[in-house]
Amino acid sequence: MTVDTPALSVSGPLKAERRSVRSVPGAGDRIFRGSTRLAAVAVVGVIGAVGLFLTIRAYPALAVAKLHFLTTQTWEPDSHRFGVGGILTDTILIALVALVVSVPVSLGLSLFISEIAPKRIQRAMISLVDLMAAVPSVVYALWGVNYLQPHVLGVSRFLSSWFGWIPIFKVVGPASSSILNKGTSFSASTFIVGLTVSLMVIPIQCSVMRESFSQTPLGEREGAYALGGNRWGMITTVVLPFGRGGIIGGTMLGLGRALGETIAVYLIISTVYGINWHILQSGGNSVSALIALQYGDASKFGTSALMAAGLTLFAITLIINFGASAIVSRSRSGAES
Amino acid sequence: MILDFPVKQEEAPIDQSPTPVRRRRTGGTLSGDNGFYLVGSAAAAFSVTFLLGRLTALSGLIGLFFVGYVVFLVLYAVLVSLTEEGIAVRDSVMTVFLSSAAVIAFGALGLVIVYTILRGWPALHHLNFFHEDMSKAGPLAPLTVGGVAHALVGTLWQIGIALVLAVPLGIVCAVYLDQTRSRFANFVRTIVNAMTAFPSILAGLFVYAFWILTLGFQFSGLAAGLALSIMMLPYIIRTSDLVLRLVPAGLRESSDALGAPRWRTMWHVVLPTARSGLATGVILGTARGIGEASPVLLTAGFTTYMNANPLHEPMVSLPLEALELVRSGIPAYADRGYATAALLLVVILILFVIARVIGGFGPGHLSRRQRRRAERHSARELTRITSSQGFTGISSPPGGGAPSARSAQ
Repeated sequence: MTVDTPALSVSGPLKAERRSVRSVPGAGDRIFRGSTRLAAVAVVGVIGAVGLFLTIRAYPALAVAKLHFLTTQTWEPDSHRFGVGGILTDTILIALVALVVSVPVSLGLSLFISEIAPKRIQRAMISLVDLMAAVPSVVYALWGVNYLQPHVLGVSRFLSSWFGWIPIFKVVGPASSSILNKGTSFSASTFIVGLTVSLMVIPIQCSVMRESFSQTPLGEREGAYALGGNRWGMITTVVLPFGRGGIIGGTMLGLGRALGETIAVYLIISTVYGINWHILQSGGNSVSALIALQYGDASKFGTSALMAAGLTLFAITLIINFGASAIVSRSRSGAES
Repeated sequence: MILDFPVKQEEAPIDQSPTPVRRRRTGGTLSGDNGFYLVGSAAAAFSVTFLLGRLTALSGLIGLFFVGYVVFLVLYAVLVSLTEEGIAVRDSVMTVFLSSAAVIAFGALGLVIVYTILRGWPALHHLNFFHEDMSKAGPLAPLTVGGVAHALVGTLWQIGIALVLAVPLGIVCAVYLDQTRSRFANFVRTIVNAMTAFPSILAGLFVYAFWILTLGFQFSGLAAGLALSIMMLPYIIRTSDLVLRLVPAGLRESSDALGAPRWRTMWHVVLPTARSGLATGVILGTARGIGEASPVLLTAGFTTYMNANPLHEPMVSLPLEALELVRSGIPAYADRGYATAALLLVVILILFVIARVIGGFGPGHLSRRQRRRAERHSARELTRITSSQGFTGISSPPGGGAPSARSAQ
């Protein structure tokens, strides 16, 4: 860097020619820069192409359905009555159930790893969380349908018989809350899918939260201790406020993941079209499960309608993920990543 | 965390008896009774829950566990409050609460792994499971007939294609992000970060819309490989980007100061230093790609026979095979489905352990062989320099040796 100080810019015989500080890259570097830039453009191009092709393919269906696409609850594309109103609501219900379970667990887990666990087992626990993220969703889904479901039916029945007066816990149907009911009206429900999906979401949320907690400055921690706080006091006054961006961002990333989960919904839920507000009751749907179930035997127009549903999911998850990464990177704890 | 500061003993000239040093407490571990409190309240909670389970309509292990847990927390709080004040009670109850979040999450993970492997064992321990396909196995065929060799081959092809496409592109893109500080680089980074939690079925849907419907290709392993590569790409870029940023700036600057062009710095200094981290990222990305069923469902179709050609005909992968076998509802198929899931899980566990072992080395760590190779290389360089013309000798004062050899050339 050349700095123009007044002393040096005196005119006269001393005025030297200014040294050029522009670096002139050689041929190798020009190729290097060009090719890496090309790769970056290609990556953006691929991601843009995903949105572009879904839009092109969805256009015929969207041109017919217009704005009713967002509100219609039925899915009968061949008679031109279709929309994501019902499916999207069911998708969001599943994601909300997943978040209600996963956020407390992942918050507790990340605080445990960053604050309570002894240093020796900290690394092992971080690895376990990564392993949890690496376990395929199909394995969670199979576990959910054959192991978790029979065990959770009791909880469903309990919730519906004691808290049935809350609309979402209500289960309608013949003698649904009776002990004689073997659980057919409780199985394959939004609740069970949500529980299964929560397991897939926990590692994502936990790693984002833990990362932001672990960056809490040591000085602030010790300040809290010096003021006489104990560990929980230190966590509530220092670590949690510092990691707020990480908590919100992690929750939103988990939401994005839960909205897009296919396999668990595809395997567990019994499909209904239209909103099922009773989360404990059998029946539900999600956008991705709809695509997986119907792409094979859909007509040309039906395929276009599925693409429109996919485009909706794409837009929603992209907005959520952008929001999440913006929140994480603007927060104090996320300036690094 | 217990912060123990060494307490300096005051010199006591008159009283010779040493004053006992009190350990400073910073919350967390309470008095020595804490362990008894934990055990006692756990035992009490267990008995209360057992009685409740007998007396009420509450059934199901999970419900009982939950009730027992709440009872346990309340009893523990009461026990601690016998000796401690409000703030300390809150601290110890929250410590137990946070620890139990870890128990729940890792317990669920353990249950998933153990259940899948136990459930898959009946079909998994027959050797034919690994080298036969499902074309001869009817719904009533015993477990000694048929296997998932076709899904294994399909997974290998698909993940191979996906890796060939995604790894070079991903790492080069990460190098670009590492090299440039432009607005475009920030844009790429934002997009890539947003795409890491991108629903995998959309990658499948895109390939279905583009490759199969628009370009008119068939369902094939190649299409599935394309979908998997789109799914893995953001993940590989993100992890590589993070790893490249960990390379110490001093190393890059030394290389720059020696006059190396950018690409040589990247190729000879930055990438080798980050090698273990890059490998870890790629392996974890592979594990993720292997486990995805939904992109394969939309792009590769489903088949029961062996197809080793990724360009034509449907080609199934391990997760999709597991999913479809269990979905069929036929008991013998479900057994094989769980065995497939267990096999998949084992593959992923192995990949994961490999990634941990490689990733355990910090940036710049050299294995013994690599170190020997580096030593041989420097020895060669030394002989090259010393044998070159005008070399003034290695015994010259420090700093005078190599540069003078350079200038003489």
